[in-house]
Amino acid sequence: MTLFGKRSQYSTVRVRKRDMPDGLWVKCPGCSDILYRQELDEALGVCRKCGHHFPLGRAERIAQLAEAGAFEEWDAGLRSMDPLGFTGTASYTSKLESHARRCGYPDAIACGRARIGPHAVGLGVMDFRFLGASMGSVVGEKVARLIERSTAERMPVVMCCASGGARMYEGMFSLMQMAKTSGAVARHGDAGLPYLTVLTDPTTAGVMASFASLGDVILAEPGALIGFAGPRVIRETTQQELPQGFQRSEFLLEHGLIDCVVPRSRLKATLVELLTCLVPDNPARAGAAPAAG
Amino acid sequence: MPAYTLPFEKPILELQAKLGELRRFSESQEIDVGEEIRRMEEKIAETRRRIYSTLTPWQKVQVSRHPLRPYTRDYIARMTEGFIELHGDRRYADDPAIVGGVARIDGRRVMLLGTQKGRDTKSNLRCNFGCAFPEGYRKALRLMRLAARFGTPIVTLIDTPGAFPGIESEERHIAEAIAVNLREMFRLPVPIVVCVIGEGGSGGALGIGVGDRILILEHAYYSVISPEGCAAILWKDRAFSDRAANALKLTAGDLLEAGLVDEVIPEPEGGAHTDPEATAARLREAIVRNLDALSSRPADALMAARYDKFRAMGVFGETPVPPPAPPEAPAEPPDTPADTGKDARQDKPAE
Ligand SMILES: [Zn+2]
Repeated sequence: MTLFGKRSQYSTVRVRKRDMPDGLWVKCPGCSDILYRQELDEALGVCRKCGHHFPLGRAERIAQLAEAGAFEEWDAGLRSMDPLGFTGTASYTSKLESHARRCGYPDAIACGRARIGPHAVGLGVMDFRFLGASMGSVVGEKVARLIERSTAERMPVVMCCASGGARMYEGMFSLMQMAKTSGAVARHGDAGLPYLTVLTDPTTAGVMASFASLGDVILAEPGALIGFAGPRVIRETTQQELPQGFQRSEFLLEHGLIDCVVPRSRLKATLVELLTCLVPDNPARAGAAPAAG
Repeated sequence: MPAYTLPFEKPILELQAKLGELRRFSESQEIDVGEEIRRMEEKIAETRRRIYSTLTPWQKVQVSRHPLRPYTRDYIARMTEGFIELHGDRRYADDPAIVGGVARIDGRRVMLLGTQKGRDTKSNLRCNFGCAFPEGYRKALRLMRLAARFGTPIVTLIDTPGAFPGIESEERHIAEAIAVNLREMFRLPVPIVVCVIGEGGSGGALGIGVGDRILILEHAYYSVISPEGCAAILWKDRAFSDRAANALKLTAGDLLEAGLVDEVIPEPEGGAHTDPEATAARLREAIVRNLDALSSRPADALMAARYDKFRAMGVFGETPVPPPAPPEAPAEPPDTPADTGKDARQDKPAE
């Protein structure tokens, strides 16, 4: 069995400890405690005191979910263009450059083949630090390719979502990624393959109104903001007080959208169990990659 | 004369006032000023032509929101025969912000649905200013699936500022309702013709916007975010909406050029609101022509082409992937033929 097929293009995503905001100490937004960075990392980015889930960078998420060395990145060469020549207060191109420099990768999602426990899966991981993990053409294309290729290789897909929505700077090209990715989900489902989404803080707007909402099983990390419109917009539009816990994972569990709120410490085990129960003919699929040498 | 005037239409309004004076003068003094009246009318037409042929994107957005602009029900009344409205999502409620039903257009049976704005305060409260709730999108899907079962082609008309951003919307999962429509519209084995007739407000528009042909009226817009929303984010000030409208490339012409819509339907001079009858006739002609072009396609080919159409949307670059850096932590699985992978990758750097 090999995870590095003959025809694949790949690169290794390095696991860097520094993927969360720099500094030795961090203040927890949940309990205002000052946390020692290294301890926080060891606790998977979860506050030991109050359970607040800090956002994860893509490398950390992959390291937490995939078996060591078993992530083969796909389509890492995709680069955002500036199809509208968008210039507001700053140009889109300059924003892309500064975010790429700061984050160390060119756009807001990493996609590829991973092994989660015994299961070979197509894995997508969005990273909120890159332009709010907004979905432009590159994110949409990588999601569509991930799902299409997973369909062709008969793999389930696990999608770790985080996003502020469609990427304004690419205008209608961004909006259409919602349709494109949802179409790919339809075909994956038609092929009888499970599609699992993990909603993390925050997953909203155009991404929530497309592939993030379409999981056969929808998991959410505790306390994640999940919704279509942002709370501020809703408050301004309706002039209403928002209910306690509005648009948080637990609220959506109660309102019937989410299958399960899963703390990060149990996320991988939960995914493994779900895949074991849902993937047809398990667990031999790991060896079914066509290029296995 | 329209009781409502857009700011940039002011020169027309002034000329019209002069024309009125001229007429009153002619009547009261019993002097023949027919020649002057004719010249004034020509001047008005010329001014309107000039203004409407050079509308800025922001001005077009204002035209698309003109309170006298024809709405979905106006087109249904003018374009179709025998419309039977079908109500409700069979889950929660009937959302008046999305209207749907069966009808015939030039003898062809269709399932017609669209977002509906109100004309006054009362009707706007009822249909929520054209902002649909989750049940609106779920009703739309129910009707589209109904159409699909009986081979009835689908026509959708889009005119919405966006899906409703409210507490109940979120409690009933507006995002999921839209997402499910996006996915399911790819699975409908009947022709779908979509037309943006006014405002194409983001995900709320796209929620009934996946189709085989995407048409748009000349002064309608379709955008990922409203110009006001974009201005509020970028400039922290809605006064910059005109600049945002420029930047977003949201006009019918921009979208046609970008390959995101298939056809722009010209509006009468002065916009759809000056002649709803003529606009409806043009819209009907375009819908019928596109339905006929799609009608002979086998369902599989139709759905495959629909997938490919949206699949191709997006602009990005693709560079060869640099060779994988030597892994820091545990190496690749021992049975991995890593060199084979590298060779093959060089043969085929990109797909
Ligand atoms: Zn804490």
